[in-house]
Amino acid sequence: METLITILVGVLVTVAVYLLLSRNLIRVILGTAILSHAVHLLLMTMGGLKKGSVPLLGEEAESYVDALPQALILTAIVISFAVTAFLLVLAYRTYKETGLDDLDALRGFEDE
Amino acid sequence: MNNIVVMPMIIPLLTGIVLVFLRPYVKAQRVFSIVSIVATIAVSIYLLNRIQTDGILRLDFGGWMPPFGILFVADSFAMLLVVTTAIVTGILLFYAFSSIGKAHENMFFYPFVFFLVAGVNGSFLTGDLFNLFVCFEVMLLSSYVLITLGGRKVQLVESIKYVSINVLSSWFFLLAIAYLYGTVGTLNMAHLSVRIAEVGQGPLLTVISVIFLIVFSLKAGLLLYFWLPGSYSSPPTVVAALFGALLTKVGIYAMFRVFTLIFYHEPGVTHMLIGVMAAITMIGGSIGAIAFNDVRQIVSYNVIIAVGFILVGLAVSTEVAIQGSIYYLIHDMIIKALLFLLAGTMIYLTGTAKIEKMSGLIRNYPLLGWLFFLTMLSLAGIPPLSGFIGKVYVGQGAIEAGSFVLLGIGFFSSILVLYSLLRIFMNCFWGETIINEDDDVPLSKGMLVPCVLFGLLTIGLGFGAEGIALYVSDAAHTLMNPDVYIQAVLKE
Repeated sequence: METLITILVGVLVTVAVYLLLSRNLIRVILGTAILSHAVHLLLMTMGGLKKGSVPLLGEEAESYVDALPQALILTAIVISFAVTAFLLVLAYRTYKETGLDDLDALRGFEDE
Repeated sequence: MNNIVVMPMIIPLLTGIVLVFLRPYVKAQRVFSIVSIVATIAVSIYLLNRIQTDGILRLDFGGWMPPFGILFVADSFAMLLVVTTAIVTGILLFYAFSSIGKAHENMFFYPFVFFLVAGVNGSFLTGDLFNLFVCFEVMLLSSYVLITLGGRKVQLVESIKYVSINVLSSWFFLLAIAYLYGTVGTLNMAHLSVRIAEVGQGPLLTVISVIFLIVFSLKAGLLLYFWLPGSYSSPPTVVAALFGALLTKVGIYAMFRVFTLIFYHEPGVTHMLIGVMAAITMIGGSIGAIAFNDVRQIVSYNVIIAVGFILVGLAVSTEVAIQGSIYYLIHDMIIKALLFLLAGTMIYLTGTAKIEKMSGLIRNYPLLGWLFFLTMLSLAGIPPLSGFIGKVYVGQGAIEAGSFVLLGIGFFSSILVLYSLLRIFMNCFWGETIINEDDDVPLSKGMLVPCVLFGLLTIGLGFGAEGIALYVSDAAHTLMNPDVYIQAVLKE
């Protein structure tokens, strides 16, 4: 199970890097979103995956899932959501102001 | 349990939230922000003094004992930086009152300054790596807003670069946290230190520590500083000064904390790497500082040189060198704020950023000119001013450890700092004035007084070094002896 998720993380990172390296601004933003999902999955995997258990069952429970990575992911998802939302607004405003969404064209931009 | 430890973060946070609702009332916003920054300063100074008598303070949130819960730990190093942050922000707020303009003040400028301060103080105080990540993000999100506020084209374009670089470095941060948690099974810094001392810092942990190094280097502008000059020169003066004074320092703080408390077992790899990166940073920064003709670019590259110099202390890692780094860190927060303010004021007065288009400013604005001269001397490390003590201690530590190359590069870069600023001084302040009496822009008191206050602070820090020597040596002692920190966090 862990191996499978790790491979999935690898695939997601590959896709994200491909998108990040493209010239289109929206693709870059989608790339950052996928990149953070990949790392969330990695966080979960590093805590150890167990089937069919819940985080806390009281002190006598036989098997339980480590709750900490889930708390970490919850926080990280909220943060990445906020940053992605901000980036989308930023891209929209930049497009409105400059009429450009191509990163090569935006390079070395100066208005004075 | 000391609930007061959370105050330096919670006061700015609550202030920010209240200020959001005071949007239409600019006067009320100003008064309220000054009151709460004064409260933050007072609480921080009280905490700093209490640490000297009671030892390191900690606060376990929700009563979860470490290593299970998250916690705040206040030691001298963290509190010194918190105090400096609060004071610098307070003075910068005064500059903002007269320069930022009504459009910004009505568009949530003050709330985001306070959110930024909350994030910065939280990063200094936290005792848990994931909490550090969260506080970093609070700080970064506010900085994204502050850098784009105003929405000029160049701001938007530069901020895309800034935001994407920081998203990437946050990704690396989470990656390192994930691997570290998978390897040692804890994220509490003191507990991590104990665990790693038990199992030994093997190759795997060293690789993880290098990932942390990359993350904090991106934040601090150590070697990976390519994004810094562009994004620090586009926002309004006050925001640039706030960034120059605070943001890189948080990365430096995290690096000091992690590489003295947790990953100190393999100095041959990690600390050597920091040393090499610091050397290249100082060389690259110096080249940038003398290559450009734009005041804002020169000032931004000066930030980079200082980052390299402070981290020489960490690379050398003797107690004296760490003391020097702490002195220099405090000095740098004050003087970089002043330098950015002066550069911004010069651009405001002349309407241009190119140094060849300015001349003879000292005839029209003598006080401004002499303040710039003072800043220049302080940055170069001329004795009575605040930069001197830091440079001497870092130098002494480097000699003790035998790192003469780092020492040489560090001191040579100081000469280039002096040269780059002297070039501004000679070109812009000296010579025939090109401003005739008709279009002489009056320099308002509101802009000049904060600069004077910063000038007084740098003089005061130089003459009053003895006053903070107690705190600095305690901070360096805690950093060099991880047991002190571990004892304070894990006892009971």
